[in-house]
Amino acid sequence: MNPLRAFALVLVAGFFVLWLRSPKNPKAALAYFRWVALACAASLILAPFLWLVAAAFKDREVLNEYIFFPPLPWSDRTMNLENFRRLFAGDASVQGKVYFWQYVLNSLFVTTTITVLELVFCSAAGFALAKYDFRGKKPLMTFMLGSMMIPSVLLLAPLYEMIVKLGLVDSYSALFLPYLAVPYGIFLFRQAMLGVPNEMLDAGRIDGASELYIYLRLVMPLVRPMSAAFCLITFIGNWNAFFAPSIFLHTQDKLTLPVVLNLYLGLYRADYGIFLAGTLIAILPPAILFFALEKEFIGGLTSGAVKG
Amino acid sequence: MKQRGLAPYVFIAPYLVVMLLFTLYPLLNAGVLAFQQTNGPASRAFVGFDNFRFLLSDPTFYQALWNTTIFAACSVLIQLPLSMGLALLLNSGKGWARGLLRLVLFSPNLVGQIFVGVLFSVLFTARYGLVNRFLQALFGWGLEKQWLQDPSLVMPAIVITALWLYVGFNMIYFLAALQGVDKTLEEAARVDGASRFQVFWHVTLPSMRHVVVFVVVTSLIGSYQLFELPLALLSASNGRGPDNAGLTVITYLYDVGFVTGDLGLGSAVGWVLALIIFTLSMLQIRVSGVAEE
Repeated sequence: MNPLRAFALVLVAGFFVLWLRSPKNPKAALAYFRWVALACAASLILAPFLWLVAAAFKDREVLNEYIFFPPLPWSDRTMNLENFRRLFAGDASVQGKVYFWQYVLNSLFVTTTITVLELVFCSAAGFALAKYDFRGKKPLMTFMLGSMMIPSVLLLAPLYEMIVKLGLVDSYSALFLPYLAVPYGIFLFRQAMLGVPNEMLDAGRIDGASELYIYLRLVMPLVRPMSAAFCLITFIGNWNAFFAPSIFLHTQDKLTLPVVLNLYLGLYRADYGIFLAGTLIAILPPAILFFALEKEFIGGLTSGAVKG
Repeated sequence: MKQRGLAPYVFIAPYLVVMLLFTLYPLLNAGVLAFQQTNGPASRAFVGFDNFRFLLSDPTFYQALWNTTIFAACSVLIQLPLSMGLALLLNSGKGWARGLLRLVLFSPNLVGQIFVGVLFSVLFTARYGLVNRFLQALFGWGLEKQWLQDPSLVMPAIVITALWLYVGFNMIYFLAALQGVDKTLEEAARVDGASRFQVFWHVTLPSMRHVVVFVVVTSLIGSYQLFELPLALLSASNGRGPDNAGLTVITYLYDVGFVTGDLGLGSAVGWVLALIIFTLSMLQIRVSGVAEE
């Protein structure tokens, strides 16, 4: 019997032992079941990550010999940086050699820019909708909420045509312009800013503050947790974006990580250590950001659903 | 709240410009495009309802619709109950272990569908893949299964991958909703002699029905837009899989619209998808009665 199956049987047997000891009041058995089930679920979630880390550093020759890590002590024959060395050696293309760090920089640049722009556009519009009355506000709100139902792919065909006509194919503007003001972001900011008391704004006005000052210096600092959550969600979403970059970008040295890794799947089919190393690098930035800002992230994610 | 001169218009203007140019105009254009045949962005010809007629007679499109519907059904019937189960298990726990487990179960969501597809395309390898080895060790079955080459196993492989990716995501919503459930109601039911399951089914679940409806509908909408995961998972066949077993509605749209270059037919597919999503959203508004928000 292999160790995994033996371990599973021991876990199941443990539950029955606890249950049979006090069938009337199975508190201990239930607590045991809870933690075992959660631990199993967590292991199943973590196993692919662990496997990815191991595979990225394992030598090509021993990749399939060990399931996860080879036994200690590791030598250069089993664990080395060969996959990363080949990954960073560069791809030949029409534009000459393109190095992997170029894609990382592209992704960082595109994602950061789009996050900052969306923060400005969405918070400004959210502020107008939360704190002012103006002509056409009602129909605008209705349209905005309605447009959340439009599947983004429906707009991609006409957008593509537009981008071609504007001569923006293969430029990053094609990735920024259509996604500057996402209705969901405006909605989040509006909801958060509704909670800012009007008296505070009026107090600022009496002191002679301009409307711009009120937005930048009074309201924005108060919705900072919301802004952090929004930036994080936007960053991670755009870091992983594939569809738009894959149709708008053409030149090799402008591609972003998801597009490149999808290309690598075809290029290195038989030699997957190299794109596993690339995948490992590609998932690091969102992970670092997330662990730094975990509370804000989950708070922002659920605020729309649970309060609404 | 008063009208304050030009200020609100200045704040809303950037959104208005972007919305008119990049949402409203393309939306109207998508309406026109659906009745045209195009060959790349350059040439257009009016073809009336031909695009829709073609779709309704194309068995490949029906297969894409069918596959996507199966996937959506699996999301709701397999993934959501598991998410709910995990949320219930996690809700009664406390302390650092709870926070850590929540973090671990949620972590796959940081990874984009393309990266997950890349990773799992290797995990599903016959004989050496992690999934194959795990199933063999635990159940003595499946070491030589060709998950991504066998038409009958392609959809299960996609469902398993999506389960790994999203089970923690929906759990977060259920967990947040469980925090809002009135504990005294549950206590009262238990005092009256209700079993654990009865308490959950008759007290807990109804009092979080808004979130349940929200999660079911967003899962369905998300499932109908499945694209990147099978594209990377089944990259050898450009996301279609053997016998088109992994073809989804958006993969079909991507193929006809952007690979073949008929943006008109692509738009027609987009409208069919929009209709499905619109219907589902209306259903949510009707069922949960939150139209006032």
